[in-house]
Amino acid sequence: MRVICPKCGERDLKEFYYQGDVLALGRPDPDADETLWNDYLHNRDNPSGVREDLWYHEAGCSAWIVVTRNTATHEILKTELATSRKTAEEGNA
Amino acid sequence: MRLDRGRLINRARPLRFTFDGVSMTGYAGDTLASALLANDIRLLGRSFKYHRPRGVMTAGSEEPNALVTVSPGQGQEPNVRATLLELYDGLKAESQNRWPSLNWDLLAINDFASPFLGAGFYYKTFMWPKAFWEKLYEPLIRRAAGLGALHGTSKDKSYEKANAFCDLLVIGGGPSGVMAALEAGRAGLDVILADEDVTLGGRLLSDEGEIDSSPAMQWLETVKAELNAMENVRIFNRTTVTGAYDNGTYGALERVGNHLADGPKGLVRECFWRIVSKRTILASGALERIIAFANNDRPGIMTAGALRSYINRYGAAPGRSYAIFGNNDSAFETARCLQSAGLHIAAYVDSRSDSTLQGDFPIFRGAVVSNTAGRGDLQSITLRHIGGEDKISSDVLAVSGGWNPTVHLSCHMNGRPQWDETTQSFLPQSGAIPGMVYAGAAAGHMSTAACLRSGSEIARKVISDLGAKAASLTLPQAEDTPYAIKPLWSVNTRKGMRAWVDFQNDVTVKDIEQSVLENYRSVEHMKRYTTQGMATDQGKNSNVTALAVLADVTGRGIPETGTTTYRPPFSPVSIAAMGSEGQGKGFAPERFGSTHQIMLERGAPLIEAGLWYRPSYFPQAGEKTWRQSCDREVLAVRHHVGVCDVSTLGKIDIKGPDAAKLLDFVYTNTFSTLPIGRVKYGLMLREDGYVMDDGTTARLSETHYLMTTTTAAASQVMGHLEFVHQCLHPEWDVSFNSVTEHWTQFAIAGPKARQLLSAVLDHPLKDADWAFMSCGAVSILGVKGRLFRISFSGELGFELAVPSRFGDSLFRILITKAEELGGCVYGLEALNVLRVEKGFITHAEIDGRVTVMDLGLQRMVSQKKDCIGKTASERPGLMDCERPRLIGLKTVGAVKQLTAGAHLFNEKDPVQSAYDQGFITSVAYSPVLERYHGLAFLKNAEERMGEKIRMVDHLRDIEALCEIIPPVAVDPKGERIRA
Amino acid sequence: MLKLSAKMPFDDLLPLSVGTVTLSDDTPENMSIIDCPVGTEAKVSEVLKSAHGMGLPAANRTTGSAKNRCIWFGKNHLLLGPKPDDALTKIARLSDVSDGYAVLRAEGKDIEAVLARLVPLNLAQKHFKRGHTARSLIQHMHGSLTRVSDSAFQVIVFRSMAQTLVHDLERAMISVEARASLLK
Repeated sequence: MRVICPKCGERDLKEFYYQGDVLALGRPDPDADETLWNDYLHNRDNPSGVREDLWYHEAGCSAWIVVTRNTATHEILKTELATSRKTAEEGNA
Repeated sequence: MRLDRGRLINRARPLRFTFDGVSMTGYAGDTLASALLANDIRLLGRSFKYHRPRGVMTAGSEEPNALVTVSPGQGQEPNVRATLLELYDGLKAESQNRWPSLNWDLLAINDFASPFLGAGFYYKTFMWPKAFWEKLYEPLIRRAAGLGALHGTSKDKSYEKANAFCDLLVIGGGPSGVMAALEAGRAGLDVILADEDVTLGGRLLSDEGEIDSSPAMQWLETVKAELNAMENVRIFNRTTVTGAYDNGTYGALERVGNHLADGPKGLVRECFWRIVSKRTILASGALERIIAFANNDRPGIMTAGALRSYINRYGAAPGRSYAIFGNNDSAFETARCLQSAGLHIAAYVDSRSDSTLQGDFPIFRGAVVSNTAGRGDLQSITLRHIGGEDKISSDVLAVSGGWNPTVHLSCHMNGRPQWDETTQSFLPQSGAIPGMVYAGAAAGHMSTAACLRSGSEIARKVISDLGAKAASLTLPQAEDTPYAIKPLWSVNTRKGMRAWVDFQNDVTVKDIEQSVLENYRSVEHMKRYTTQGMATDQGKNSNVTALAVLADVTGRGIPETGTTTYRPPFSPVSIAAMGSEGQGKGFAPERFGSTHQIMLERGAPLIEAGLWYRPSYFPQAGEKTWRQSCDREVLAVRHHVGVCDVSTLGKIDIKGPDAAKLLDFVYTNTFSTLPIGRVKYGLMLREDGYVMDDGTTARLSETHYLMTTTTAAASQVMGHLEFVHQCLHPEWDVSFNSVTEHWTQFAIAGPKARQLLSAVLDHPLKDADWAFMSCGAVSILGVKGRLFRISFSGELGFELAVPSRFGDSLFRILITKAEELGGCVYGLEALNVLRVEKGFITHAEIDGRVTVMDLGLQRMVSQKKDCIGKTASERPGLMDCERPRLIGLKTVGAVKQLTAGAHLFNEKDPVQSAYDQGFITSVAYSPVLERYHGLAFLKNAEERMGEKIRMVDHLRDIEALCEIIPPVAVDPKGERIRA
Repeated sequence: MLKLSAKMPFDDLLPLSVGTVTLSDDTPENMSIIDCPVGTEAKVSEVLKSAHGMGLPAANRTTGSAKNRCIWFGKNHLLLGPKPDDALTKIARLSDVSDGYAVLRAEGKDIEAVLARLVPLNLAQKHFKRGHTARSLIQHMHGSLTRVSDSAFQVIVFRSMAQTLVHDLERAMISVEARASLLK
């Protein structure tokens, strides 16, 4: 598999560490409802199809990357830096 | 018999080799299979299940029968296909799966028992009694049925992996692949042309035929010369592309040195390539299939195309009187080949009654071969035609049931091949692998002209797709006879006769019928019921025939029946090649600190901590056990002074106006209020509330902190900090970098620590200087360094840091000075004893399942701020007092030993997991206390101080009665650490 | 009088030649990581230029020359050679890592073939030109690779892995040389 790092370009899978669902970006408030925290910590969908998850370019530039990919075809549709996603979200909020 | 032809053998280079101990001669360019046939050896092995005599059936990597073991003895390689094995001088090969010998195989009795050994036999027969399976049936079956054996010693030669990148990967070097590579090469693309054979050409190397009115070999030589001269084209010979993976990644196995008797020093046997391509042309050709008829597995029966290879390419004639049996026109080429070689054709059997083939040899149209006979190998065939049956004397039978395009790689990502009526074969599904297109016989183009044309056209499409411009290239002219075929999969056999479909796993037409009878009608079920296609050849010649027979028996069509799933690898890949990055020292990087040489000089046994190599202890003359050294080192620290290299702890430099915010967020306690020049112990949680790591952090300036992590968790913590910064708080202006390796850091601990430090510091210490948990810059013999008043031993302790280039030099000085003070250098064992005596935790305690409450450190969670893991750590389940908490243990009974990993039980309770009270995480023999001290986690710990508990270690068979005590056993008030 | 003596990561290990490839120690006297406070990249680049003669390189690129080089280091930059000028330390966040890394130069006709055995990157001249740099894997190690000439690369790993780096490169060099000698 080849993942396109927004900083380094297209790289081999083995340079990356796979974290899991992109929802890790949306940490609840400390005193948020416990169901929110439960969802944040534990509950994950496992869709066949397009999903977004977080990868860490550990053996490269250390960037955390949001990868949009299709679990059925293994196609990678989009990659962007977690910082850009986060900053864009803050801007919209 | 060797003929006076053979395009690829070099008669000037005779080679000696042995097969089953018999010495023979072949030529450079031979495979073991061709050399054996030229030496009139036709029996090469025994079949998997029935121990039937078997010979060479093909001339390529699809070979099911001719598997041998190479170089018996050390470094032996089992299951090598004789058809791929290039001959070298001194080659030693042995046949497999026979006992006591190939010609006299006692286990051939299985063949007579075959009515009982059909498909499903094992499943039904050996079910009962159950206990007999492991002890009796399985060993017996394993002995009787099998392939070659591993020797059990490591290989004498190494393997490697490598990476390659290209615009276009062409898989297969036959006419279409070569043509495609030529087009792409001339257009300037970066091309890799990977071909399984020793040289390019594919079928051109074996067949008759002309290109541009000259022998095809001549054209081939010209094209090879041009390709070789192109810098943008790389030709990978002896390279099988074994798998197609995501995003243009391919695996390929190159045979580098395993075809050489004695390669240059350091030459690897095989290289496993990871090839990344923008586009791929699959030009993998086609594999000829056999027809199922009674006793179609005798040595002497081979595919028609293989016979042409042996005659034209190697000049090896496998017999004297030849018969040909086919259902298509391509088989006729074999007749032409035999005639031009002057060999006798006893019969040409064409199953098509309307066949128009002509020749001056007996031709039987509308006839089939219905049986064969011979003692071991082939001596005669039985013809069945309208008029009845005839027996014809013949020792070689060339069979062609048509050609199966080699579609395998197109199916590695769920693609299903499509049935094509015209060619009676499966063709690759278009778009099955992103970026892959198909050319030549792999795409169903069977004539040489069609292959050349398709290679060129497909390459031109790829060239324009990639934005390059095709050069002008005139398509060469070649034979363009249409491929005419009428399906014939199996010939009806009389009762009691067997017609083989899968030769390697001994699966017959009858087995497939049996499978259907038992209602295993889907192709996937039939495969598993009969084991068809599950051998090392993965059914390359047999899959399509088997499913066609299945289609016939079930009355369904071939397209509805469908194929089984093709999975990588296309052909076997040795585990040694795939694991080559892990050979010897390649397994993992070795990290050596700046003082490594001193550890070696002092004979310290090394222990791995993460990737680091650290000293266990420093033995001195007269010390016989590690405990003697360890006890001495511990006492030296407690009474005098010790020096220990602690550089492997992770050190992370954190800078910026938001550095304090970051620390407050990742640690449970507060660092924003830490004064400059002070150090603080911090506890880091995972977001789920469990403890991740611990360590001290020093504040060096308003905006500059230095965090330390445990050795093994350094990279995990770094990734965590990156996550927190990039994914949660990108707005924070903070930078952090690992400076672990820049600094070599020594722990200096013991009552005389100040004296020792004063010997190397340019400004000697006064007692009042450097309060506990202070830090700052110092000058060490003229070099700028840092000093931290921290202690992991409970003694008056410091850690002194210098740039690593001075680590070796400073360590030598510190050791000498320490020894002058009655102290010494100490290793990890002593370090561990010192911290266990003090109840300090390491990752033995914080093993990922432990909370701050469990450690009794809940006061370290600041209630004034949020931090990672705080919310989750307050879940009621994690605050439950039933959860095991950290305690200390000492023995009070007759048994004085404690062991880490042992579990704890109440004195009267049964020793069963339901009664488990906790477990021991760390144990040390304390020479100060003259007893073992243990750290453990125990349920309801707080109420039970002073009570007795029973330690049970089933692994070491030790039981001891213990008393529950506080974790801290030495200097509980901490007076020495603050001295 | 006691004195501390320096020991460099490749002492006793380099130089080393096998076939056409030579490894030599290229560890400079000074190495510093440059982090730019938010929004100061352009300014830091200017200061770096006036102090040391080269600006901050773009992503995947280097600036400077053999003696004074600045390489893109993934999340920040690494300055190799000069002791950072005071003007630079005032504006940027500098971390002294002079003793944190081992730097070697790998040079020779077959160097691309050698690195192809260890590095999952397309390092062909056409794609990875002089002045290009990457953070990637060298066998199992995280490291930095920079092309410094048509036939030479600068390879950087953590100091503690100097011996492993030499071992892994040497093994690949021997393999490549053995293949080359087959053709002779």
